Amino acid sequence: MAAAPAVARPRISLRHRLAERGVDRTLLLLLPAVVFVVALFIYPFVYGLQLSFQPQAGSDAANKYGTGPFADYRLFFSDPYLRNTIWTTLKIGLPAALFNVLASVPIAYRMRGRFRGKRAVTTILVVPITLGTVLTAEGLLAFMGPTGWLNRILLDLGIVDHPVRLTHNYWGVVFSLVITGFPFAFLLTLSYLTGIDPTLERAAATLGAGWWQRFRHITLPLLAPGLAITFCLSFVLAFSVFPSAIMVGEPARQTRVISIAAFHAAFEQYDYSMASAIAMIMGAVELIVIGLVLGWRARLYKGATGGKG
Amino acid sequence: MSRSSTKISELRLDKVCREFGGVRALDGLDLTISGGEFVALLGPSGCGKSTALNCLAGLLPLTGGTITLDDRRIDGLQPEQRGFGMVFQNYALFPHMSVRSNIGFGLRMAKVPKADARRRVDEAIRLVQLEEHTDKFPGQLSGGQQQRVAIARAIVLEPPLVLMDEPLSNLDAKLRLEMRTEIKRIHQTLGLTTIYVTHDQEEALSLADRLVLLRQGRVQQIGSPEEVYTEPANRFVAGFMGYRNELGLPVSQVNEKTVVLDGLGGGLTGVRRDDLGARAVAAIRPEDFTVGDGPNATEVTVEVVEYQGREQAIQARTDDGVDLHLRADARLAPGDRVTVSVPPERVLVFAAESPAAPEEVA
Ligand SMILES: Nc1ncnc2c1ncn2[C@@H]1O[C@H](COP(=O)(O)OP(=O)(O)OP(=O)(O)O)[C@@H](O)[C@H]1O
Ligand SMILES: [Mg+2]
Repeated sequence: MAAAPAVARPRISLRHRLAERGVDRTLLLLLPAVVFVVALFIYPFVYGLQLSFQPQAGSDAANKYGTGPFADYRLFFSDPYLRNTIWTTLKIGLPAALFNVLASVPIAYRMRGRFRGKRAVTTILVVPITLGTVLTAEGLLAFMGPTGWLNRILLDLGIVDHPVRLTHNYWGVVFSLVITGFPFAFLLTLSYLTGIDPTLERAAATLGAGWWQRFRHITLPLLAPGLAITFCLSFVLAFSVFPSAIMVGEPARQTRVISIAAFHAAFEQYDYSMASAIAMIMGAVELIVIGLVLGWRARLYKGATGGKG
Repeated sequence: MSRSSTKISELRLDKVCREFGGVRALDGLDLTISGGEFVALLGPSGCGKSTALNCLAGLLPLTGGTITLDDRRIDGLQPEQRGFGMVFQNYALFPHMSVRSNIGFGLRMAKVPKADARRRVDEAIRLVQLEEHTDKFPGQLSGGQQQRVAIARAIVLEPPLVLMDEPLSNLDAKLRLEMRTEIKRIHQTLGLTTIYVTHDQEEALSLADRLVLLRQGRVQQIGSPEEVYTEPANRFVAGFMGYRNELGLPVSQVNEKTVVLDGLGGGLTGVRRDDLGARAVAAIRPEDFTVGDGPNATEVTVEVVEYQGREQAIQARTDDGVDLHLRADARLAPGDRVTVSVPPERVLVFAAESPAAPEEVA
């Protein structure tokens, strides 16, 4: 009886000490997420990584560079047809992501307050998310194809003599990425913007700052870290472009993006090792771009922005 | 439109109105302020003080009336064209700028030459005693320090008008007193025309040259602190200015200046402030009661005693069952029976229908 408190005290204090370090029973709530991440992300990633170092016998890479661990990578970087897919993808993905972010800023800026019809406008801007790439691509073909409405109108109005080629090339893919990517960028930017305390701009106004100066000196610096994140997400979405590169692009040349190269290796040449290597390269390129953007972001102010966000 | 940092001679508000979806937050505010004056807008929460200030700063468009600054109409101007300094209730400091950049922001916008701007920022920093914190960011400052930055930022341009929206309401009691003195000192040093919003009557009384009392968007009284304190225009103002005892009593005798009410011992004589009906309300400050015999004497039983240092705040009940709030130097205990009295000139008698003050004033 008398010993009970003496036993109880160290047990409680151990629990307290663990809780101090964030170890308590709520940690179990993380379990499903951990299982999920391991099963669906880490395992396939590690599997693909090791596969990419085991060139398949009889494959192009093995024939040329032997069966050393880097044969697939050497082939990728020495064959311009493969290597150039990086630039092709960057040339499509970077401008599309940049456009989505930059275009979402003024629209979100205008829409952050409350006004009549805001919900309707937001819905219209966000609906393309629900369409999916394939539907968007079909719509693009019908609208902007050689015999689409746009060209017919332009021809009828006499603005052009020949149909303008806006699909089955570079522009078709960029348009499709803008249509599907813009809503994401817009929603993210809007939520970052509403997190900025509107009285900051009002204070700037009483100090003599016009609307552009208020945006330039107050809103933009506070929004920039959020824009960096928005850009990264938009870029990742755009970089893995596949369906639209095939459907509204020119998958043999102009829009032969890196995911097409990976698909080609995996499902036409049945060279899973090469496909894995391409996937790893794809991931590395994305990481480099994101790393650069986040490196820039690290130099920005990222503290509280005083808003409700 | 150039920003004038010169002193103004007159700011006139003429029937200024502001509606929010049919509800009048500000209803015909007439006010003339002369250069260098310190005016306090005082009233309970929701009475339209912030609305008035935002209308003046240009942050809210008017729905009626005009604002004239030295014979120039300014109610159509954007806030950046008016150039009034404003101290916001939540400070609204720019979180990504250092103290120095925050204070210098207005000068930068006005394209003041670097050296000149630097000198003026230094001066403002010295004025609010923030010399040690110039390179910190707002997130690294205490509430009182942030408050100082907000004030320095608003006054560094020496604006024709400084607007302050409850600048001390987020501070603790001690700091509030300190900053109050600070604001007074800054006003005396720079002589900037200031409009100060508060719901704390003590703050308003101690700072302002003139008080404007608002209730539901309407002016109740405009006057010097003494006038408002000793001669409140109506029951609402009286209640707001610390007349805690409001006794509803039947009228027994009405004279030209004075009135006698039934109740409180042998009848309560007071100053008539309204045309009276059958019943009236007598407003008396707790501190105007004295323990001991005198005019308007009545016997009470002490019920609750609060120790407040030199004085005691006492709640007592008359034999008729009327609760009285009073203050006493003498040590009293619950259950004591004492005689209290109050001079007739300190008893203000208002019509019973006169609008009342809110129950609780913060
Ligand atoms: N944007 C708005 N939309 C609708 N009603 C508003 C708006 N702003 C203020 N009001 C209303 O106008 C009235 C006055 O508000 P105001 O903010 O001026 O009060 P206040 O005197 O500053 O109060 P407090 O001391 O609590 O700050 C209130 O009843 C408020 O509900
Ligand atoms: Mg207010």
